Amino acid sequence: MASAPSKLYTDDVSLVVVLLDTNPFFWNSSYFSFTQFLSHVLAFLNAILTLNQLNQVVVIATGYNTCDYIYDSSLTSNQSFGNSRMRALCGILLQNLEEFLIKDENLGKQETDGRISYSLLSGSLSMALCYIQRVFRSGSLHPQPRILCLQGSPDGPEQYVAIMNAIFSAQRSMVPIDSCYIGVQNSAFLQQASYITGGVHHKPQQLDGLFQYLMTIFGTDLHSRNSLQLPKPVGVDFRASCFCHKNTIDMGYICSVCLSIFCKHHKKCSTCGSVFGQAQSDDASAENRKRKAPDS
Amino acid sequence: MKNREGRRLNGEAEEDDEDEDDLNGGLEAWERSYADDRSWEALQEDESGLLRPIDNSAIYHAQYRRRLRARSLSANASRIQKGLIRYLYIVIDLSRAASEMDFRPSRMAVVAKNVEAFVREFFDQNPLSQIGLVTIKDGVAHCLTDLGGSPESHIKALMALSTCDPGNIMETIQQCKKSKIRCSVIGLSAEMFVCKHLCHETGGSYSVALDESHFKELILEHAPPPPAIAEFAIANLIKMGFPQRAAESSTSICSCHKEAKVGVGYTCPRCKARVCELPTECRICGLQLVSSPHLARSYHHLFPIAPFDEVPPSNLNDPHIRSQKTCFGCQQTLLNLGNKPGLCVACPKCKKYFCLECDIYIHESLHNCPGCESFRHLKPVAAGEE
Repeated sequence: MASAPSKLYTDDVSLVVVLLDTNPFFWNSSYFSFTQFLSHVLAFLNAILTLNQLNQVVVIATGYNTCDYIYDSSLTSNQSFGNSRMRALCGILLQNLEEFLIKDENLGKQETDGRISYSLLSGSLSMALCYIQRVFRSGSLHPQPRILCLQGSPDGPEQYVAIMNAIFSAQRSMVPIDSCYIGVQNSAFLQQASYITGGVHHKPQQLDGLFQYLMTIFGTDLHSRNSLQLPKPVGVDFRASCFCHKNTIDMGYICSVCLSIFCKHHKKCSTCGSVFGQAQSDDASAENRKRKAPDS
Repeated sequence: MKNREGRRLNGEAEEDDEDEDDLNGGLEAWERSYADDRSWEALQEDESGLLRPIDNSAIYHAQYRRRLRARSLSANASRIQKGLIRYLYIVIDLSRAASEMDFRPSRMAVVAKNVEAFVREFFDQNPLSQIGLVTIKDGVAHCLTDLGGSPESHIKALMALSTCDPGNIMETIQQCKKSKIRCSVIGLSAEMFVCKHLCHETGGSYSVALDESHFKELILEHAPPPPAIAEFAIANLIKMGFPQRAAESSTSICSCHKEAKVGVGYTCPRCKARVCELPTECRICGLQLVSSPHLARSYHHLFPIAPFDEVPPSNLNDPHIRSQKTCFGCQQTLLNLGNKPGLCVACPKCKKYFCLECDIYIHESLHNCPGCESFRHLKPVAAGEE
């Protein structure tokens, strides 16, 4: 009884969890319209489902005030076969997306100071990872999961710890996080996420050809990626941000108790409240002496 | 704050009065798996008389909640200082007793496998720390690997393993206590007074493993950073650099191997020397070089999430309380077969419901509450409202 499904579950069955950025402040200021973007993404999702009968797609919307699931191809109510699959996919997804956008807007209108504010990427990443854990629990026959982040909003420094927690959890569960950044600047968080988890990061040059980028770079399953030349990481930015001003620094001071990062010498750590001892040079030599003693 | 710890894995044979054969009654290993495991006890009948495996998820969840409560009781202070930069020596006993078969396939194999898992978990939770391995054989201690920060070298040395104290042990214990070294012991056979005394004097923990899974649980308990000893918690500001990764095609001479290398490498921000891997100390200017992910691995200890509260199953069916029918994290239904409400938990801050498995995953691996992260403005929700 178990042999028939196991023959169908080959190495290249994938589950793609797509995190769609719907931040209205970003889309308002982008020359590439949200409608065009959606048409590329819907064609891409349909193509993934066509590549293998057992492929699954889940879409989570990353909004400004909230995040939610908007499409799951494994729900029986969503499945249909033949020519009407594309229509069913579009219909259900667009309807859920519209309801989500209304809910997102009603949760709070906020005046921004001209800068595009960040979207809740840490929330949708956490939800995606919980869903993937559920897939792992379902038994030994399951598709290979991966996460694809379609993001345009800039990084939010307030989310740094939450996003890093999600990245390390994905690394432990061996789930690659691919990222396609369509915003203006570079996103250090997404570059780090893809580098640490073994995914692919790319910032397309021509957004009119987004579908082509998605299919050729992000469309292949994990097993077949070994045979392809995918974009390699070029100079990933591993600099940290200081806890006091949220500026990126390349040299800083670390509290030895709680590992908080500061850009200037402080008298007291603001995170753990410990008071710092003697002057800098005394401490360095004292630590070296203490470290060498147990070896003798 | 640097903690120095030592740990001993003890398999002394003196306490075992019985011979190995007597213990096992002369059975082969495969026979023992029937006599000892009793796998038929893991089944039970359901309502229609069919045999089903026992549903363990509620048991695992109860075990996990006990662990969480024990941990949160000891860390009740709002700002507990933890030793996040650790130097740890693991002492493994390889005397004759290590080949005993009461842990299958042998004590030595079980210890090696679990120490390897521990080393990986330890570097995952304490990225800036260093481990050294010491083995005891025939009354002589032998240093297997020196203090180092890379897990691979220790694991390679463990694989190459194959098989009494001169001096006054009480004196050694007093010396450990004076140097503020915390010693913990995990014993594989019966309790020993010397080990208990050592742990008590130095402030470590002594435990005896009952079986393989208990041993694994005990050793992994030591991976997360322990609370710092209050009187020795001198906080210092350590200067560190965050190097950029060099571009793929750049060529330069690296300062650790003294040879030209292409591509992969990092540039020290102070003296611009090139190093091959992180974390390390720059050989030219002495600056500690780390990458921000190394530090970020420990941040979840500083910003822990609150344990979730259990939801009484009656809430799910109560029409007055409009509640969710699916887990907020994984969308699994919270109702059992026949629309009966199942066990679930809720986050005290965002009030979203989660299934038991998500609860375990969130608190042990993810360290983010999806509900709290998915709402920009968390309004305080009164009971009876959505």
